[in-house]
Amino acid sequence: MNLFSAQAVSKQYANHKALDEVSIAVPEGSIFGLLGPNGAGKTTLIRIINQIIAPDEGELVFMGRKLQPNDIALIGYLPEERGLYKKMTVGEQAVYLAQLKGLSHVEAVKRLKFWFEKFEIKGWWNRKVEELSKGMQQKVQFLITIIHQPKLLIFDEPFSGFDPINTNLMKEEILAQKANGATIIFSTHNMASVEELCDDIALINSSRVVLSGAMKEIKKTYKTNTFEVTYNTFTDALQPILPEKFRVVSETDDSDHRHATIKLPPDATPNDLIRAMLDRMTIYAIREVIPSMNDIFIEVVTQKISQPAIQE
Amino acid sequence: MNKIFLIIRREYLTRVKKRSFLVMTILGPLLMAATIVVPIYLATRSEETKKVAVIDETGIFLEKFKDADNIQFHYLPIDIAAAKANFTKSGDDALLYIPKTEVTLPSNAILYSENSVNISIISYVRNIMGKHIEELKLQARLKEYQTDKNKPIPVDDIMRSVKTTVGINTLKIGEDGKESKSYTELNMVLGMFTGLLIYFFIFMFGSQVMRGVIEEKTSRIVEVIISSVKPFQLMMGKIVGVGLVGLTQFLLWVILTFGIVTVVTTAMSMKNGKKSATEQIMKQSEAMNPAASEALQKQAESGSGDVSEVMEAINSVNFPVMIGSFIFFFLFGYLMYAALFAAIGGAVDSEADTQQFMLPITIPLILSIVMAQYIIRDPDGPLSFWFSIIPLTSPVTMMIRIPFGVPYLQVALSMVLLVLGFLATTWLAGKIYRTGILMYGKKITYKELWKWIRY
Repeated sequence: MNLFSAQAVSKQYANHKALDEVSIAVPEGSIFGLLGPNGAGKTTLIRIINQIIAPDEGELVFMGRKLQPNDIALIGYLPEERGLYKKMTVGEQAVYLAQLKGLSHVEAVKRLKFWFEKFEIKGWWNRKVEELSKGMQQKVQFLITIIHQPKLLIFDEPFSGFDPINTNLMKEEILAQKANGATIIFSTHNMASVEELCDDIALINSSRVVLSGAMKEIKKTYKTNTFEVTYNTFTDALQPILPEKFRVVSETDDSDHRHATIKLPPDATPNDLIRAMLDRMTIYAIREVIPSMNDIFIEVVTQKISQPAIQE
Repeated sequence: MNKIFLIIRREYLTRVKKRSFLVMTILGPLLMAATIVVPIYLATRSEETKKVAVIDETGIFLEKFKDADNIQFHYLPIDIAAAKANFTKSGDDALLYIPKTEVTLPSNAILYSENSVNISIISYVRNIMGKHIEELKLQARLKEYQTDKNKPIPVDDIMRSVKTTVGINTLKIGEDGKESKSYTELNMVLGMFTGLLIYFFIFMFGSQVMRGVIEEKTSRIVEVIISSVKPFQLMMGKIVGVGLVGLTQFLLWVILTFGIVTVVTTAMSMKNGKKSATEQIMKQSEAMNPAASEALQKQAESGSGDVSEVMEAINSVNFPVMIGSFIFFFLFGYLMYAALFAAIGGAVDSEADTQQFMLPITIPLILSIVMAQYIIRDPDGPLSFWFSIIPLTSPVTMMIRIPFGVPYLQVALSMVLLVLGFLATTWLAGKIYRTGILMYGKKITYKELWKWIRY
């Protein structure tokens, strides 16, 4: 079941169309990756989900019904452009922001004390924000985002500004939130973390969704029947010994072995490749090349950008 | 609604807790008290002796005007028309004219002068006339009781019937002997002062709103907050919170200034050793009725502060009306301008960028201050009327006019238009604000703002 879905959402700004009939579906309990190059319309979509701005057209469905103003208490949002009041103390500020999300003063203090303890920043409660390092501030912002235990969490570039240790801590926390039943929308340019965390993705480019679905399925459809082989041989070229439609994409050499990436025709299997190589050389390893999200991202985006250019 | 209250509370508390607020709260009243007390002190200390000619048609003030430190009185035996004609040549600084009254004791006088009349002369004359009239009235009343020593003296009743307010009109007299109205009165000082205060408050707290919005924008906290509340709630919460800070500051200033002025002037008048009417009743009644003297003693203690000259001048002002209208025009003037300040804060990225948008806001404010001198000269003229009706200039201009007395209909019209002006600017500012706060790193032009408003 989908916790949240947007159907044919459009948003027109004075000079350009930020979103053009964008539809996404976020399954309950999943981590949903919202991807796309800069200026594609991700932030606009996220602001629409947070009801910061209203869409011109389209429908937003949350927990099986139309998205309502009160639902902001059920949504936690960590914006990409984020900050805190510099002159306020950390504790006071966290309580204030938690209260704005609808928690009572007592409840806010109680929960914050727990999280401050957990994140080992208890000593910072009475310090001013301007005294904190950027990473510290990010921690505070993160816990303010989750303090009201929202059903839907939206993180926009959550790891920017974190060192690797804190990045790991945040990843664990995001996964812990998922395990607790929260649904997460995750917007980032960091494709490695997308592969690591996301169950589903939507790729937005030039105001439209150009690719969406479960990440495993997408990867499957972007497989190109390409294999990487590690071997040794005394002949120089690999291409001449392969069947006609097999194509060597690249060949490299290290001190011990040679490596080659070979693209097979759609009807061929890796067995055909091994059969062709078997008599001529020693094969040490063979594995299928699965496209990374990075490759898919670049392929889809550059394709879609170049297409209109050709038409013109 | 609960959330807007949270925002108001944060905006209010963070500002009130600042050290600068405390400093302003203490320094403000000291400065204001100084502006009230110092000129009067200096006037009484002035080396230059003012000569005042007196024409007393009633005859009851003969020899009553005693020379003071810096005022010399001399009585003229001629009639007023002749005196006015000769005034510029006489070398006198002022001409006091007490017209004849038929039945009652006189309670009005006219003070002619070539230039502005020193407030201390006015209050000195008023004081002497008032005391003498009170004394005459008192003697008349006490006569009734002198025959029967056991009859109790109705102290409160006597005090009330004896109390006299002397009206003194100040008129300017030209070289040709022609008269024109003088502007020395406290009204003018008060009008200018409260007008300036409104101007100053609107600027000070309006730009606090603007800085607050810029702070939220540059620190990037704004997007976190508007995912919890509507941008309009955030804007209004900030405006109301800062406005309450302004109101708190104003009320503290009024209370502290009154406190300081009262203490200082009482100390000053006690040194001068002036006697009040109450003290005189006491002396006279002591012999007659010992039981009453105790009650009178209490009266004397509670009323003794009133007699100082400064307080007398200040007491002639209708403070409830002044403070009431100040609060109204400050509040709505502030609300109207603060919305515009908030819109500017929302549109720009840093305080350095605000200059180009500040101009249209500051022009009407500065204009109303520049026009103040013309408005004071002619508080009921067409210029004064229009400036006090148009919402952008009305807060300052109306405050300048109010001490002179303004027809209720005009005040009501001005108030209604100001409230409408507030609603209009808030609506406009809301549109600019909600778009602007989400725009980073973009140079905004007027054309852009216009798009946001229409969008």
